This record gives sequence, structure tokens and C-alpha cells, in this order.
Amino acid sequence: MIERFLIINFMILLQAPFLNLQALLDGLMIGAIFAFVAYGMALVWGVMNIINIVQGEFVILGGYITFTFYKMGLSPFIGIPFSFLILFCLGFFIYRTIIFRVVDKDMFISILATFGISIVVQQLMNIGFGSQVETATSGLGTSFLFNGNITFSHIKIFSFIVCLLGASAVIYFMKTSKLGRAIRATAQNARAARILGVDTEKVYCYTYAINAAICGLAGSLVAMTYTLHPYIGLPYTVRSFMIVIVAGLGNFPGVLLSGLGLGTIEEFSAYTLGQEYRIGFVFLMLVFILVYRSRKLAKKREYLK
Amino acid sequence: MFTDFDKKELFGLAFLIILGISTPFLFSGYRIQMAELFLFMVYASTWNIQGGKMGYNTFGNIVFFGVGMYVCAATQIAVAFPLEEWTAAGGFKTFVHTPKQYFSGIPLAILLAGIIPSIIALIIGSALLILRGHYFAIGTLGLGIAAGEFATSLEILGGGQGMTVPFWPKDVGGTPHSFLGGGVNFFFTLSFLLFLVVFFFLRWLYKTRFGLILTAIRDNEDKAESMGIPTMRYKVTGWVFSAFFMGIAGGIFGNINGYIEPTEVAFAGATVGVFMVLMTILGGKGTLWGPIIGAFIFQLFKEFFWTYFLGWQLVALGALIIGIIIFFPEGIMGMLRHKYPALFGEVVDEEARLAQVTINTND
Repeated sequence: MIERFLIINFMILLQAPFLNLQALLDGLMIGAIFAFVAYGMALVWGVMNIINIVQGEFVILGGYITFTFYKMGLSPFIGIPFSFLILFCLGFFIYRTIIFRVVDKDMFISILATFGISIVVQQLMNIGFGSQVETATSGLGTSFLFNGNITFSHIKIFSFIVCLLGASAVIYFMKTSKLGRAIRATAQNARAARILGVDTEKVYCYTYAINAAICGLAGSLVAMTYTLHPYIGLPYTVRSFMIVIVAGLGNFPGVLLSGLGLGTIEEFSAYTLGQEYRIGFVFLMLVFILVYRSRKLAKKREYLK
Repeated sequence: MFTDFDKKELFGLAFLIILGISTPFLFSGYRIQMAELFLFMVYASTWNIQGGKMGYNTFGNIVFFGVGMYVCAATQIAVAFPLEEWTAAGGFKTFVHTPKQYFSGIPLAILLAGIIPSIIALIIGSALLILRGHYFAIGTLGLGIAAGEFATSLEILGGGQGMTVPFWPKDVGGTPHSFLGGGVNFFFTLSFLLFLVVFFFLRWLYKTRFGLILTAIRDNEDKAESMGIPTMRYKVTGWVFSAFFMGIAGGIFGNINGYIEPTEVAFAGATVGVFMVLMTILGGKGTLWGPIIGAFIFQLFKEFFWTYFLGWQLVALGALIIGIIIFFPEGIMGMLRHKYPALFGEVVDEEARLAQVTINTND
């Protein structure tokens, strides 16, 4: 049964070049959002040595904040700065209450702690916003190309551009501002930075808050472009983890490329395998990438660190 | 057999055995919770083989739990009826097992529920155990969720709607609410026995060379390998042991629950999958008794939350996870060990310790 569907879908892709183009476009659009979220994860991972499992929940929460504006009858675009700011404050708060206790501990401790936070956030969203699938319709139009064979909504292009701008803003901020320099110094060697007078505690705090704000911004785009549901946070976490692994930690341009690439692969898989296998495919791809990279390293008697 | 037990262990074991034997008579209203308690001890103890002894923190043991649950239920059904008809009926058409069919199915089902997850562990273990540290943790997290998504699409196992488990035959042991009826006692006893088997097996295992090698892998895998130990083989074998017992535990839990559903019951990574990690950490990683103590305390908390915070129970649970991780990263056993090292057979040379302290304060 499944093989037959697969083959039929695959044949359709081969025979209709438009579908390929459509999948490619959709993949690039969604990949940009994933890459943007992955920037935040790479930041926290590189600077604080924490894998932030709450990442996906931050995204969905940011989306729900934008959605609240939409539900109040306002344009969802008004929600974008609010998502950004509220998530910034939330990140600040979570760091000051919980994360600072686990920064220097074993990495598994921080994984579990952030997992606990993600359960709390997810369940609070479930109680607060209900468990139905929601979208904040942006009201922008849709374009048709090639006699309507290819459709793409303007909001996707908008979110693509915002993600690219956001990503370059993060890089610019890291390169030029004083705080960005402190963050980079802490990432290289926290102890040396402390000796040279960098307040690493403050750096950690702002890094985490900036990450949350990035997630909030990405989330408001997700709310307008795709769908929201309290329980779909974890796939975003896994995707950004995957993107960071493929790119390599500390390789910021690589994050963008691998984000776009993985988004495209995911979109093509959704076309051939069917949408219901999408999440399962993402997780299997994660396992595959991890094992592939480890096997390559194992030949040199090394392992992923 | 009991010669090498010291007093504290004997006391703990006697307490658990008395608890297990007396539950059907004294606390018959809590048999399901008690069965769950013993199963929790099994989950935590088997997770401890990886997370505690071997140093491989896995979120993937839930896969074996879910697979075991599905295999057990499917075998129980398939010995008497075609599986497709059962799941397609969705509970609207009733199939009734005769006692003979039911009891001939159960041993086979439980055996298969252990063996098939072991085979799966063998296959994915040889691929995945090459990962280390947090990469292994996140990789196995992905595995559990992928398994849940995959089970959702398997129509023969009921898909996303799930499937029911065969009912306990009516005529055996009286009406459902009586002493033996409803199979509650039967499955309670099974989980109690499973716990005892796991306990004695692990107690023996940790004392053998195998247990030593697991500890060596945790402490320094590269060094262990350079000493000529084929670490991969030992890691995979350790995972196969876990998978075997987790599968059986899953089969028993499926029967107690009466209903199987892919993401909330079988491959429940966010609940059971984290519970086992949490219980082990709460009690103390890497010790034989830590997971058992942790499971005991955790079950008390869980029942409390589910009774008094209904609707908010998972929020409370997440808060509990954060609390445990922040305040008890070494667990109760670890804390006791710090405070009373003599209890753990560690000799403390008070003079040397004081000398150390003076040196440190002189600096």
C-alpha cells in the first residue's frame, strides 16, 4: 500500500515540473524560519553550552501572542513587536529563575531542566489557548504563476524576508555591538572573559533573552504563515538542533544554508510521503544525520562533541 | 542466595516483598496504583543500566515500552481472532476470548513482548550507540517520537485511534469488582514478579564482569576500548537487556490500561519516557536502590498531583522536573552518600580529612 502511494507521488513529481518548483519554493520559505530559530539555538549552545529544548515552545508561544492580537480584531502584524518583546522578557525571567542554576552543570542536567520548562510552557499554552489548530490570517494576497500552477502567498515571502533580515541583524549585532563582542568573547573562553572584566552572568542572561526574542519573532511569522498548536513545539526544537549539527557549531552562515536545505528536503518528503509522515520524517532525518556524521568521525577514532 | 545481602538491603527488600504480597489483601482499592509503582521501579531500574551505569542518557527506552505493548496486545488478539477485524471493529463489535484462548495467549504474548523489542534494540543500538553524550540523548528523543508517528499510521494496529486489549474472561475469578475478578490481581502479581526478576537480575549483573565493564564505559570509554574491551558489543547488550524488560513491562501495562493509543499511552515520550529518567535521577543514578527509592517517592507525588491538581497535573509535573533537576541533581542516594559516607561502606579517615581542610584554609 504505502509503496504504491510513494511511487505514484514520486511519478507525479517527475511528470509535473511545476510541483517540484512549488515544493522548492515552499521548502525555502519554511527553511528560512527554521534557520532563524536555529540561530537562536546555536547562540545559546555556543555561548552557554546548553541545548535549549524550550526553543520550540518559545516559537509557539510567540505565535500565540501574535494570534491573540489577531483574535482581538487587530492586524497580526501589530503582534510582531509584542511577541519579540514579551519573549525577551520571558527569556530574561527564565534565565534569572532557573537557567543560571544549570549553566555550569553537566549538559544532560540542562537538557532535562529545559525539558521540564518546555512541559510547563506547553501545558500552560494548552490551558490558556485551547488545543485546536489556529492560524492568524494576515490578509495579504496570493500570487499565481504559470497559469496558476504555482501559488505562493505574499505572507510567506514577507516571512522569508523578515527571517533573512533578522538573521543578518543578529550577525551584525554580534560583530559590531559591545554586548555582541562580550558574547563572542564568552563563547570563546568564559574564564578568560571573566578575568578581562566581562560580566559573564549578564552575557548569559542577555544571550538567553535574545534567543527567546528570536524565537518569539519567528513564532509570530509561524502564526501567520503556518499553523499553531500547543504540542508542535518539539519538532521546531529538533529541526533547529538538526540544522546546527549539520552546519557545525559556531558556523553562522552555514546555519542559514543548512536551514534552507533541510526545509527543502522536508517539503519534498512531505510531497512524496504525505503530510502525515512529516514530523516522523523530521525525527528520522535527525537520527540519520547524527549516525552518518558519527560514522564518518568514527573512522578517525573521533566522535561528535 | 541472600547471604551477600547486608541488613539495609534485606530490610528494603523485605519491605517491598511484604508490600507486594499484602497489597491484594490490605489495599485492594489501590492495586492498579501499586502495579504501576512496581512497573515504575522496572522502568527506572532498566533505564539505570544506560543512564546510570553506562553513562548513556537515553530518552529512547520508551520505544521498547510501546513496541512491547503493541506486540503483547496484538499477539493476545491474534491467537484467537484475526487482528484486522478486531481493530477495524473499533470496539463496536465485541469479540470475547474464552478462558482457554485467553490464558494460552498470555505467556506467548509476554514472551514476544520481550523478544521483539530486544531485536529492535539490537538493530538500532548498533547504529545509534555510536553517538555519545547529549547527541545520543537528543537522537533517542527523536527515535521515540518517530516511533509514535509511525504507529499512528499503522492501520492494522488501530492507527491514531488506538486499539483495545482483550478483556479478562468473565467467568474467571468472579465479577469484575471482586477479589480476583477483572484480572487486576493477575496483572498486579505479574508486575510484582517482573520487578523481582529485574531486581535480582540487575543485582547479579552489576556484580559480574559485565557490570564492571559498563561502569568502565561510563568513566572513560576510550580508555576502556584501549584496554581491549569491545565496548560497542557491551553497550548494545546492555540496551538489549533494558529492551527485554521494558517490552514485558509495556505488555503488562497495556493490559492494565485496557486501551492502547500511540502517542499518549504507548510512545508517551513526554510522560513515561521522562518519568523513568526523573525517577532514577531523584533516587540516585548508577546505584541499584536509587531507581527503586526514586520510583517510590515519584509515584506518591504523581498520585498526589493527579488527585489534587487535575487539569494542571502536567504543569505541576514539569515544575517537579525542574525542582528535582535543580535541587537534587545527585539524587537522594547521592545526598545520603555525601552526608553519611560510612553507610555506603566508604571509610572516612577523619584525620586525613581534617588535614586536607587545614591545608585548604591556609591558602
